[in-house]
Amino acid sequence: MEHCGLIRTGYVLERKHPRVNRLVESPAAAVSPDAGLSPKELAAKYGLAVSNARPPLREYTRQLWARRHFITAFATARLTAMYTTARLGQAWQVMTPLLNAAVYYLIFGILLGTSRGTPNFIPYLCTGIFVFTFTQSAVLSGTRSIADNLGLIRALYFPRACLPIAFTVIQLQQLVFSMGVLGAIVLLTGVPFTVNWFLILPALLLQSVFNAGLAMTMARIGSKATDTAQLMPFILRTWMYVSGVFYNLSVFTAHAPHWVARILNCNPALIYIELMRHALIDTVTSASLPPHVWPLAAFWAVFAGIAGYVFFWKAEEEYGRG
Amino acid sequence: MADVTNATETVVADGAPTTESGTSLVTEPGQATPVLEPGKVPTVVVDDVHIVYKIHGAGSGKGSATGALSRLVSRKTSPTIREVHAVKGVTFVAYKGEAVGLIGSNGSGKSTILRAIAGLLPPEKGCVYTQGQPSLLGVNAAMMNDLTGEKNVVLGCLAMGMPYAEVRERYEGIVDFSGINERGDFISLPMRTYSSGMAARLRFSIAAAKSHDVLLIDEALATGDARFQRRSEDRIRELREEAGTVFLVSHNNTAIRDTCERTIWLESGIIRMDGPTEEVVDAYEEYMGKKK
Repeated sequence: MEHCGLIRTGYVLERKHPRVNRLVESPAAAVSPDAGLSPKELAAKYGLAVSNARPPLREYTRQLWARRHFITAFATARLTAMYTTARLGQAWQVMTPLLNAAVYYLIFGILLGTSRGTPNFIPYLCTGIFVFTFTQSAVLSGTRSIADNLGLIRALYFPRACLPIAFTVIQLQQLVFSMGVLGAIVLLTGVPFTVNWFLILPALLLQSVFNAGLAMTMARIGSKATDTAQLMPFILRTWMYVSGVFYNLSVFTAHAPHWVARILNCNPALIYIELMRHALIDTVTSASLPPHVWPLAAFWAVFAGIAGYVFFWKAEEEYGRG
Repeated sequence: MADVTNATETVVADGAPTTESGTSLVTEPGQATPVLEPGKVPTVVVDDVHIVYKIHGAGSGKGSATGALSRLVSRKTSPTIREVHAVKGVTFVAYKGEAVGLIGSNGSGKSTILRAIAGLLPPEKGCVYTQGQPSLLGVNAAMMNDLTGEKNVVLGCLAMGMPYAEVRERYEGIVDFSGINERGDFISLPMRTYSSGMAARLRFSIAAAKSHDVLLIDEALATGDARFQRRSEDRIRELREEAGTVFLVSHNNTAIRDTCERTIWLESGIIRMDGPTEEVVDAYEEYMGKKK
């Protein structure tokens, strides 16, 4: 028992056989003396897992559900902290979407005149911008969600999917402010309130799930390839220009080959924007919507949500390294 | 606690009286800080771990744009990657209720091995097995710097999986323990305004609010004042009694002597000595004294 190598036997034994300094030069041949187990077998015997191994998907989902209060509290705290250094504080929540709308109206509505042929252009434009901004900023903050929170990840253990989801919730909360502004703009420009407004809720729900899935996908990519954060703004801008944010895409798709029109009409960003316009503006009738718009909206949400979640979970043990 | 039955079996086989949780009831009569005997239930098994750091952009020609482009085109890995073999085959087992000190000169691989136990560094060779998910408290592990101390406490507890009611219940205790409010209402200020000592105290208080299976402390207490260090040593003792395992990296040998009864001495990535704190720290002090 005296020369048992590295693995200690416990104190009762040690006191019976007090050891002198154990100078350890060759640690490779370490075998647990009392059981004769290799370290691996010892670990297996006591149910120890490989450090930071990712839990199975079901268990992971259960842990994530248990952290739902963390997700909402984190999002709210971050949102309120966002403008604390600005003098106008929370007023920026409302000013930012307003200023955005003003800039785009100036350029696309007045200078470039893309408004021709689109009735109710101001609410039409604002809806497009606000809805797209939701996806855009969810993707951007999702990309940085791991790298920006390494301290938290390293200090405490929680399912890392909390972070991209929380950042999506932050963007959703900001969108709620924007929607308030939007509602006011819509009513001020003379568009009536209709029952269709209740379609906002399912459309927002589907878009949020889609965004969360996208944010989780980008969080994994962004945690590995740090160049992604530099590249994303360009990809997102391209996406914005093909999503009919500033103009009515059907003007363009009417003359394009059938397959091009079909692909453009399956664009999830376009679908969520069109659904919101349909809900808010009475001149956007269901006939003017792209074909199969609700099934496609649901498909994109479920597909992106599940695929993003599984994709993120697959690398769970790797976040926080580096 | 999946291992309870296993644990009890082993201990009973040794003939020592045990509690339900498998902790042996034999205590050392003459010891200044009575500690329950660990019933030989391992919580951390480090099996011949080698860790190699790959450092990008070391050496000449670092990060120039043309160099990066030509590498992209030629699909060659960066010639400037240098490898540092920081830990060279470390093997040990830590048990329930133990506090293990890690000592050694700067760059001997102490922090590296802690990060490997926490799963933050993948070993090049070998494996680390742990009970539950270890938490690592580092000296500059910031939490949420732009949020107030108050928010950090609440969010930290929620992240560790406490329900809301428990967070509310423990909030006062955590703030009192950290001593942040001793000189006025600092808990409602953003954490970025805290001194490094204050931030370290709050972080430790939050992490120590929950009982951990394995808690890794990397110099996180060094910046606290003497009073806080005494308090945190008491808390470490409590955590051990709750059948957790605590690892402490410190250059403060007194802190190691006060909190740990076992110490591992690392030198250039290998274990030089592993045993009772008194012996190991004495040998280490002698070694350091000679090398002046």
